[in-house]
Amino acid sequence: MSMLIEIVYFIAAAVFIIGLKQMSSPVTARQGIVWAGIAMAIATLITFGDPAVYAHGSINIILIVVAIVAGSIIAYITAKRVEMTDMPQMIAIYNGMGGGAAAAIAAVELVKVAAGGEAPNTTVLTLATLGAIIGAVSFSGSAIAFAKLQGLINKTLRLPMHMMINLIIFAAMLVLGGMMAFTGQIDPTILLIFFVLTIVFGIMFTLPIGGADMPVVISLFNALTGLAVAFEGFVLQNAAMIIAGTVVGSSGTLLTQLMAKAMNRPISNVLFSSFGSADGSAADEEVEGSMKEVQAPDAAIMMAYASKVIIIPGYGMAVAQAQHKLAELTKVLEARGVEVKYAIHPVAGRMPGHMNVLLAEAGIDYDKIYDLEDINPEFPTSEVALVIGANDVVNPVARTNPESPIYGMPILDADRAQNCIVIKRGRGAGFSGIENHLFYANNTQMLYGDGQKMVGELVAGVKELG
Amino acid sequence: MIEGFTALYIFMLAAFTGYEVISRVPVILHTPLMSGSNFIHGIVVVGAMVALGHAETPVEMAIGFVAVFLAAGNAVGGYVATVRMLEMFQPKQKETNS
Repeated sequence: MSMLIEIVYFIAAAVFIIGLKQMSSPVTARQGIVWAGIAMAIATLITFGDPAVYAHGSINIILIVVAIVAGSIIAYITAKRVEMTDMPQMIAIYNGMGGGAAAAIAAVELVKVAAGGEAPNTTVLTLATLGAIIGAVSFSGSAIAFAKLQGLINKTLRLPMHMMINLIIFAAMLVLGGMMAFTGQIDPTILLIFFVLTIVFGIMFTLPIGGADMPVVISLFNALTGLAVAFEGFVLQNAAMIIAGTVVGSSGTLLTQLMAKAMNRPISNVLFSSFGSADGSAADEEVEGSMKEVQAPDAAIMMAYASKVIIIPGYGMAVAQAQHKLAELTKVLEARGVEVKYAIHPVAGRMPGHMNVLLAEAGIDYDKIYDLEDINPEFPTSEVALVIGANDVVNPVARTNPESPIYGMPILDADRAQNCIVIKRGRGAGFSGIENHLFYANNTQMLYGDGQKMVGELVAGVKELG
Repeated sequence: MIEGFTALYIFMLAAFTGYEVISRVPVILHTPLMSGSNFIHGIVVVGAMVALGHAETPVEMAIGFVAVFLAAGNAVGGYVATVRMLEMFQPKQKETNS
């Protein structure tokens, strides 16, 4: 039986890697996840045949079945019901659950030692402790990321001496963990304090990070959970966990780097500076010019008689659920012979590719969607740039003002289009709290209102022109 | 048994594999891919099953139960979320190809 289990785990590990590979192309992506799903289902079922699982009594088996069923049903229902726009925070929460599971596995092993069980060797104890730290931090950190994206926590909280407190908690965590791992002597009280510290550290670590940086943080926690799973896999001598966890750990790290690079900021900067907390001095500076308001029918006329329109969607589009109206607008404009293109900033929305998913949902073709490098040269030759719910990613300050927190971040050159129309809900500053100079530019006109409603009015306006 | 250097070799090879597998992904698939890799570390469920399976005291059982519950949520939630996202790409693609 154990031979059969090994074979199934071996195949599962291979299928996971192939599945990930297939998920990196739009054509094979779906079959990739389905195969990985089948492999995981079989691996889970075969694990019931593991002597370590069934040898200790039927209560344990019943508990396992109950836990699997309960966790699965809750996750299934929430994942089915959640709106596409809220998907990033759901990924954060599912990822946090994985981290929590890895930490809990470590907890069971450590509690066994604390209760007087035989201590495994130092390597195993060290990896168990490291996995516990990483998993628990990912767990509580993901929960905070979820709360921030869900709007349960709106402010970025920063205690006085926040960095110092974090360092102290971190050091205390390492000292306690090191003590347990190297002595093999585990006191239940110390174990409890250790886990409380790891949870608190995850919370303290994530709280001061601004909502605009959450994509990077979720990706980082995803990689961390992978690593925690790999470590616990070593503790349990489970090769499938080691391989799947490590693959996710390294691919997640790469993805995190790609995202931080797109923002032109080193990861350390994202994690340890409180960009997005609106306390930057740049927010106070004077802005020349004034915001000019435009009504939807006039904006519609501008777009209808343009030869090329570039649409720049941002998180605001997701919030307003305006993607379907945008698809309609694209259709009516194209019917008039207007060329319509979409410009997607690498960090638009709350996750990389977030905008692409939403536009695909609305049925907008891939080939109309362009990356930053490909579309920027086209702005000077387009009559209208329509910015909907995007802010910091079109702020020209990133090019001009070295004082600004977002200086150096590549932006979409909406200000270089002949006209720029900005659909915006209110007059406030963006997620980062930085004033957007684009809004004050001479060629910019503001269209205030809910994104979906305003695009709807634009569609009506274009249609009226016949 | 997987120990010492064997474990290190597995770590190293798997790390390079993960890096290579993902390095040529179009931006459009970044979110589904993150969600997909999120699902893959749901394999932690088999470890959680072992942890709960050989739990002996009520405390161990309670923690093990939490482990299995969370792990199952990770796997199922990650799977459903990924499939839902990828579904949006499928039919549209066929339409544009025709």
